[in-house]
Amino acid sequence: MNIEMKGINKSFGSNQVLKDAGFLLKDGEVHALMGENGAGKSTLMKILTGVYTRDSGTVLVDGKEVLYKSPQEAEKAGIVFIYQELNVLFDLTVEENLFMGKEITKKFGICDRKAMREKAKEVMDRMGVDIPINAVMSDLSVGQQQMVEICKALMVDAKVLIMDEPTAALTQSETEGLFKLIKSLREKGVSIVYISHRMEEIFELCDRITILRDGTYVDTKFIKDITMDDIVKMMIGREIGERYPKREGVEIGEEKLRVEGLTKEKKFKDVTFSVKAGEVLGVSGLMGAGRTEIMQAIFGNLPFDSGKIFIEGNEMKIKSAQDAIKAGIGFITEDRKTEGLLLEKSISENIVLANLDKVSDKGVVRKAKVEEIVKKGIDEFRIKCFGPQHECNNLSGGNQQKVVFAKWVYTDPKILILDEPTRGVDIGAKKEIYSVINDLAAKGVAIILVSSELPEVLGMSDRIMVVHEGKVTGIIDANEADQEKVMTLATGGTL
Amino acid sequence: MGNKENVALNKKSWVSYISEYGAFIALILLVAVISIISPEFRTAGNFLNLLRQATFNGLIAFGMTCVILSDGIDLSVGSTLALSAVICAKLIMEGCPAILAMIIALISGVILGVVSGLLVTKGRLQPFIATLITMTAYRGLALILTDGKPISNIAKSIGDRGNQFAFKLIGKGNFCNIPIPAILLIFALVVFFFILNKTTFGRKIYATGSNAKCAKLVGVNITLTKIIVYAISGFMAALTGLILISRLDSAQPTLGDGYELDAIAAVALGGTSMSGGRGKITGTIAGVLIIAVLNNGMNLLEVSTYYQDVIKAIVILVAVLSDRKR
Repeated sequence: MNIEMKGINKSFGSNQVLKDAGFLLKDGEVHALMGENGAGKSTLMKILTGVYTRDSGTVLVDGKEVLYKSPQEAEKAGIVFIYQELNVLFDLTVEENLFMGKEITKKFGICDRKAMREKAKEVMDRMGVDIPINAVMSDLSVGQQQMVEICKALMVDAKVLIMDEPTAALTQSETEGLFKLIKSLREKGVSIVYISHRMEEIFELCDRITILRDGTYVDTKFIKDITMDDIVKMMIGREIGERYPKREGVEIGEEKLRVEGLTKEKKFKDVTFSVKAGEVLGVSGLMGAGRTEIMQAIFGNLPFDSGKIFIEGNEMKIKSAQDAIKAGIGFITEDRKTEGLLLEKSISENIVLANLDKVSDKGVVRKAKVEEIVKKGIDEFRIKCFGPQHECNNLSGGNQQKVVFAKWVYTDPKILILDEPTRGVDIGAKKEIYSVINDLAAKGVAIILVSSELPEVLGMSDRIMVVHEGKVTGIIDANEADQEKVMTLATGGTL
Repeated sequence: MGNKENVALNKKSWVSYISEYGAFIALILLVAVISIISPEFRTAGNFLNLLRQATFNGLIAFGMTCVILSDGIDLSVGSTLALSAVICAKLIMEGCPAILAMIIALISGVILGVVSGLLVTKGRLQPFIATLITMTAYRGLALILTDGKPISNIAKSIGDRGNQFAFKLIGKGNFCNIPIPAILLIFALVVFFFILNKTTFGRKIYATGSNAKCAKLVGVNITLTKIIVYAISGFMAALTGLILISRLDSAQPTLGDGYELDAIAAVALGGTSMSGGRGKITGTIAGVLIIAVLNNGMNLLEVSTYYQDVIKAIVILVAVLSDRKR
């Protein structure tokens, strides 16, 4: 299916999000759509699939002008959007999800479960996905849920698949499975629009790339004719320089945190490592390897069976997040939206909540102190907002993450655990977050950086700890580490 | 920051301004309309009366606001009120000094609230179910304690004059012509406003209701916060119970039946989100007054009690709909 979008304009209220945006998709290609957060990628695709209506512009599908009024209409035409926020019913089974609204029925509307099961099996086999069809969605991993979503799209014989950050929550092996699937779909003539912030994936997977900036079309190129730097330059409209800013003159000091023999049955076993002041310890591993669980345990949010935690040489009993905070640990969770922020509350309230002791006096909150700390946070972290009362819901991903950083930094942590701090954050904001990490290290904070993005771990860490199935398979110096070594350890191999 | 964006923001805050004070606007309209129709309504005496009538629901609704803000609900307030009132009356009849009996009743209220709180936190029950259980249990206990019969002539049985005065004062007393219950209501309003807006504990209540996971990770003790919130609600119910038995000079095990629903209605009228995290105590007082004015006004206008409930329901529906954001 060929799709041509030309001169698309779209405003929400007084805010014009698309200005003369465009896009050209050919039969059987994987087409990357890139741009910073807020560049209009998702909006453009939502206009194509009838979620939004365009203010002006043309959309041609196989040469004919179309205007889908709803996603269902687009789906009938063979264009399916797989959203970043998965659109699944968590309490229902895989089968019920796959056929929601499209049940195969016998007479009198009675569900033909046998036929549905067969069809589901056929599609899942074709994709090489192995998920029990009777499983309840909420029991599946995010990766599996995503696979179900893709299966759902293929149920309706999609000719165009739009994927918005599909690998954000996938394990390495699931990602590989997805790529294999995408490639085989391409061979069958399905076109794929691939929205992602991950450069490596774009280069591995895509044929062409279109870049949007501030809602405007910038350019379309063949991937083979272009470099990562070119893409970045087009995305932000200027040179960004080094992707991972260097930490210079940071002295690595005393040991801040030491973990010995930390064990929790079925999650992780005999985890031992330490972090020093001013050091960034990268933690790498496949999704599900137990990285997050280890960090949650250190932070007192997940009870563990045995092991010891030492802060500045003293053993600490950490049983709750309160204990951990008192001991000087800060924790930026991987899930900013459900664990990191009070989304419906203001920047001010979020920063203050982590620093209640600082801004209050015998339990009474002091307005002046609140204003001071919040203003400092907004200035120091360059949070783009209307002011302290700006609701976090309306901030971009990068700015939300900056609020999370601000709230933790003012608790003066000795140790800061960062779990996927740049997930869902665009490239400009990513670099700012890296600078924040470097500044903190320079101030003598010991930093643990958990990340699924290998280049990030390699670029930012002093040492890298690799976890495989709950065990530490190696701690290597960043100077000696490369992608291959880390992956070998992460998949259970030895160097 | 562009000018355009600033204008948009100002516009938004103007709309939210109206929805923020929607309950007050409704209250003022209501008072104005009934005042025009009924001359009796607009007398100072009636306003004081109205305020006293509002006290019972008001005090309970303040506690309920805290519970709902923390993403809970407390169905047990009516039963808690009855049980602690019965405990107080029983103690007095047994010869316990009235002041001491009243203090014990208030402490009972707190303990009864803590039990609900423990069921919600440690017992991991849904607040609705947990307080449905305590609601049923407390009512049963009140019936057991009294053998199902009212305890009457309480004041007379108090020998000591000081104690008798204290018992009468809380429900029937006046200060500068203002009923003591009304003064308690205003005092409670100030205290709750202070707690919710100015203290770290208030922030913790909002944070717990807004996103408990996140609050926990920044070191808020959610368990303790929730237990305290139910304790506050229990205390307010017990206090209301004391005012009631002082006024009635009698304690019945069926006291406060259905009060939880009036309190929840007032909180909802005041714009507090039933899923927690959003809401104001000033909204709740407006909600309480709307209900009180409706009851009082319709009685004065001699509206049939059958119609009264339907009209109340319509007012609540309209208020809640107009308050809905997005």
